[in-house]
Amino acid sequence: MISIKNLHASIDGKEILKGINLEIKAGEVHAIMGPNGSGKSTLSAVLAGRSEYEVTEGEVTYNGINLLELSPEDRAREGVFLAFQYPIEIPGVSNVNFLKTAIGEIRAYKGLEPMAAKDFLAMLKEKQKLVELDGKLANRSVNVGFSGGEKKRNEIFQMAMLNPKLAILDETDSGLDIDALRIVANGVNKLKSKDNATIIITHYQRLLDYIIPDFVHVIYNGKIVKSGSKELALELEEKGYDFIKEEIEA
Amino acid sequence: MNGILEEKISTEYKYGFVTEIEADNAPKGLNEDIIRFISAKKNEPEWMLAYRLKALRYWLTMEEPNWAHVSYQKPNFQDIIYYSAPKPKVALNSLDEVDPELLKTFQKLGLSILEQERLTGVETRVALDIIVDSVSVKTTFKATLAEKGIIFCSFGEAIQEHPELVKKYMSTVVPYTDNFYAALNSAVFTDGSFCYIPKGVRCPMELSTYFRINSAGTGQFERTLIIADEGSYVSYLEGCTAPMRDENQLHAAVVELVAHKDAQIKYSTVQNWYPGDANGKGGIFNFVTKRGICLEDNAKISWTQVETGSAITWKYPSVILKGDNSVGEFYSVALTNNYQQADTGTKMIHLGKNTKSTIISKGISAGFSNNSYRGLVRIAKGATNARNFSQCDSLLMSDTCGAHTFPYIEIKDNTAIVEHEATTSKIGEDQLFYCKQRGIDTEKAIGLIVNGYCKDVLSQLPMEFAVEAQKLLAVSLEGSVG
Repeated sequence: MISIKNLHASIDGKEILKGINLEIKAGEVHAIMGPNGSGKSTLSAVLAGRSEYEVTEGEVTYNGINLLELSPEDRAREGVFLAFQYPIEIPGVSNVNFLKTAIGEIRAYKGLEPMAAKDFLAMLKEKQKLVELDGKLANRSVNVGFSGGEKKRNEIFQMAMLNPKLAILDETDSGLDIDALRIVANGVNKLKSKDNATIIITHYQRLLDYIIPDFVHVIYNGKIVKSGSKELALELEEKGYDFIKEEIEA
Repeated sequence: MNGILEEKISTEYKYGFVTEIEADNAPKGLNEDIIRFISAKKNEPEWMLAYRLKALRYWLTMEEPNWAHVSYQKPNFQDIIYYSAPKPKVALNSLDEVDPELLKTFQKLGLSILEQERLTGVETRVALDIIVDSVSVKTTFKATLAEKGIIFCSFGEAIQEHPELVKKYMSTVVPYTDNFYAALNSAVFTDGSFCYIPKGVRCPMELSTYFRINSAGTGQFERTLIIADEGSYVSYLEGCTAPMRDENQLHAAVVELVAHKDAQIKYSTVQNWYPGDANGKGGIFNFVTKRGICLEDNAKISWTQVETGSAITWKYPSVILKGDNSVGEFYSVALTNNYQQADTGTKMIHLGKNTKSTIISKGISAGFSNNSYRGLVRIAKGATNARNFSQCDSLLMSDTCGAHTFPYIEIKDNTAIVEHEATTSKIGEDQLFYCKQRGIDTEKAIGLIVNGYCKDVLSQLPMEFAVEAQKLLAVSLEGSVG
């Protein structure tokens, strides 16, 4: 699905990613963990195509195409989805209108006919149920006046509607209480298939109790320093990130 | 990114064509002879000529005002043609008599008067008055409206056919002494629309005037007068375009609205005069006086405007709330790009008891433009329990544009409740990226965000107009984020 080789990226001349290597196949769930400032969110921003970040070295191949050459909107249309750590508010634009526009654009890119209103509404209803999103929220302006939990649920709702191939969840668990966490994780699990892949960026092991990863990677100082199975996450939880630092420095 | 930006900014003004129509022009310049020429051309009665001359003499004593937050080369009033009519000017009884070149113009403008006439019987119809340069060339649906006693015709025709109404109401809301451009208009106005809704009648269709400046070197000075008699209702729409020309052309209109007891007037404008090119060359000077009066109790006047055109816009659609319990509303979106300048807002003058006004103003500035909101809320002594709510928001699209707010509040009655809210924000890179990450490209994203920002105003427009306005906003902003 995606192959990241020796990826270096900087912002304002400061190098944040210092040679990331990662292979993800369809059907897999990868968790990326690491302490604050290690480069986790930078990795997601670079994959989604934020223009503030400059890729200085390395390559990213996504389903056979050079991802780094695509504009952010084309990456999205090719099936890369980023669930934002801090979802953005767009006053006056209803969630429904926002999603209708997005789906219209993605379908046009793929040369498909616009979706019939009836089918769109049916899908809307079905996916709302998936993340237990209040129907009223669909008609409200995008993320405006949403609670922290509602915003995160709305991200997963959008993900369900857009049906991506590669979903990147950037600290989706931050700020969620235990019920919201369960709902969000449930949604992600239901959307999982053998054809798509998920990258979960997280600080804590907590979310991984609900979404079981196939692989866990630890980012430290812009590099993946340790990879393993889900047990690695538990080990991290128990020992803290210091043991990784010690291992590296030893 | 700059390359794309420059390329997109040059998006052409869609209505910039010129139609080759033979025109009957007055000589350039302004003096009593020109006024007599215009009046004679229009075969006007003596009282109208006398009014014009009075206005001209008054105007000659006035100085052009300069308090607005705009800068421009003052027009040379002796270098303007004050009367230009497409030839031949004969009374048009059917569409077959309309100049085919003119019909082509309407098609290019997306106005099909032929279609409109055929649509009789369909519920959402629009009766249309079309004004090219100085004269009204066609008014549709007159007969249908006449059945209900509604008068909808050109101003020139109203002077001939309904002199008693014109005499009674004209100049009562905007006297010729009001301001420099109102005085000029009163002297030289050539045509415009006139509308009278009789007692208790709800106008069954939208009434609409389409203004078009075509000839070079001309100014457009139209007058509109709308009277809603007791218990009546009318919704009126106004649209305007002009060809692209290097010189600035002057548009100085006067609009007067009179709402009697329990009457309601809804006046919507989509203003898309030629804004000048990307370097600020050419474009229309839009210096307009618009005012309505809620003359008696429970009357209501709403102004809704979407302003995207003109090199300079200078206008304040206002409401005088004279009747008790009367309501005034002003909903505005003013968008400026490149070197456009807009100084626009409203005046709400509360005289009656329990009067209420609402002001929602949304300014959008891009490029090197300047966009100012200027508004006055005046609560007179004795206007007990008056209420006003004002919200003035500014959205900045670049680092080189300006947004300004000049609210004036004068309260002479201590029972008044006046609220003012204002915000200024810059269109966010974060919002744009969020949209892009969902597959929406920059241009669509800007359209979406801006339309969302203007939603409270756009939702006040009649359906067909709202769609047009949304597209207009998106087109006017293409590639303008910087």
